[in-house]
Amino acid sequence: MIKVNNLTKKFGQNISLNNVSCEFKKNDYIALMGANGAGKTTLIRSILGYYHPDEGNVLIDGLDPIKQRVEVLTNISFVPQLPPPIKLSIEELMNYVSISSGIDKDLIKHYSNEMKLDINANMNKSFFKLSGGMKQKLLIAISLAKKSGIIIYDEPTANLDPKARDDFYRLLKQNEEDKVLLFVTHRLEEVEELVNRQIYMDLGTITSDERVS
Amino acid sequence: MKNLYLIAYLDLKESMRAKWFLVYSLVFGGLIALFFIAGVTESQVMGFSGLSRLLLMYIQITIVILPIFILITTVRSISGDRDNHILEYMLSFAISLRQYYWGKIIGRFVTVYMPVFLAMVIAIVYGWAIGAAIPWGIFFLYTGLLFSLSSAFLGIAFFISSFVKSSEVALGVAFFIWIFLLAFIDIALISLMMQNRFSEELIITLALLNPMEIFRIAAISLFDPELTVMGPVAFTILDTMSQMKFVLLSIGYPIVLGLAFAYAGFSIFKKKDLV
Ligand SMILES: Nc1ncnc2c1ncn2[C@@H]1O[C@H](COP(=O)(O)OP(=O)(O)OP(=O)(O)O)[C@@H](O)[C@H]1O
Ligand SMILES: [Mg+2]
Repeated sequence: MIKVNNLTKKFGQNISLNNVSCEFKKNDYIALMGANGAGKTTLIRSILGYYHPDEGNVLIDGLDPIKQRVEVLTNISFVPQLPPPIKLSIEELMNYVSISSGIDKDLIKHYSNEMKLDINANMNKSFFKLSGGMKQKLLIAISLAKKSGIIIYDEPTANLDPKARDDFYRLLKQNEEDKVLLFVTHRLEEVEELVNRQIYMDLGTITSDERVS
Repeated sequence: MKNLYLIAYLDLKESMRAKWFLVYSLVFGGLIALFFIAGVTESQVMGFSGLSRLLLMYIQITIVILPIFILITTVRSISGDRDNHILEYMLSFAISLRQYYWGKIIGRFVTVYMPVFLAMVIAIVYGWAIGAAIPWGIFFLYTGLLFSLSSAFLGIAFFISSFVKSSEVALGVAFFIWIFLLAFIDIALISLMMQNRFSEELIITLALLNPMEIFRIAAISLFDPELTVMGPVAFTILDTMSQMKFVLLSIGYPIVLGLAFAYAGFSIFKKKDLV
């Protein structure tokens, strides 16, 4: 489903991705690891079509995520490394995602409840006024409600309390069937149960890529 | 299309909650109120000339402060969202860049145009209530001028926003452009004129390229062309061009200018890394 071909991305002199090639298929549940600055976020953003590569390309189901971004993104759920300070209220944010991507609002509420986030009590609150963990819970709920074939998480658990993490992993386990799950993490032991493939990056290259069961 | 309106609508709602919008509306509404309070004190003669004079004063101040308001509040809209990672999340949904960009522009346009427009409506309604004659010609000319003034500077602001690296730089650039159009061009043109080395047509053409100059002249064009406040450039222009032609130019050209800048901004936005 995702094919990365000889991808190189530079920022000035800094080479963030150096000739990276890899392929992710349906039912690949990948833990993407590596030191800070290894290029994990850069790889993810390239898959989402945010960066124009210096060399190489990314294809998602054969489509270019830059030129055909709408088709590609329809099928991707994404939670970023840092929850952004979005000024929309929860209600407006939910309208945004449901109108633009056809996400069912009741489903968002369902997954929020599963994560112990009471959305109804916060409908008119600005998103950025939620606590760090609450923001992440909502973004996770939206990502699950989107029902995409590709789920990309860039360290989504940083602000979650242990209970919420368990809820999250349980939900993910229930939802990963027949999908691609790309999960950036620094704590492999937490996601070991979920993944069947481990990729390590360093200095912009993939240093190891192994299947585990 | 629905995504375009969605983006515009959400941007509008977000702006209307922002503090800058409150200040912005208070400034223009307050300006009108202030004129009335000041005018009312000497207002046995609040006839035709009273309300027209008020609108003239309003638009002359607005021409100076509206551009800087638009520039500083808008120039950060895309670059700011990029800086604090809002773009990274919002653009992970199935929204085309075209819808996102033009939706933002439409939302911002309504945000900046509405208060200045409503302030004039209030002036008209209040003037009518106290029995003054309504100068409709001036009212329609000024709503048109403010419309195209807003378009021009909104386009410029989005253009800047699309390529600057950080919002601080964006602010600096915006301020420079404002000062440049407001003062430096005039000073430069006057000195050129005094040197007498260039033809008058050339200088007038240069002056007309500046949207702020056009607005200044158009705003007073309905009044007596002998008015001394106009300055030499304005006088010559109104002398050589028919008033109708000039009014159309003064409304059409800045809109085209704004659209051109906005479109250039879009091309850059599309070609650059999004985050
Ligand atoms: N927009 C950018 N401009 C300049 N340099 C960048 C940019 N984004 C990333 N980099 C550089 O690219 C390299 C890889 O960064 P990246 O964010 O991909 O690392 P990461 O693996 O996600 O690290 P972390 O674990 O800390 O999140 C770093 O050296 C970083 O400084
Ligand atoms: Mg990262």
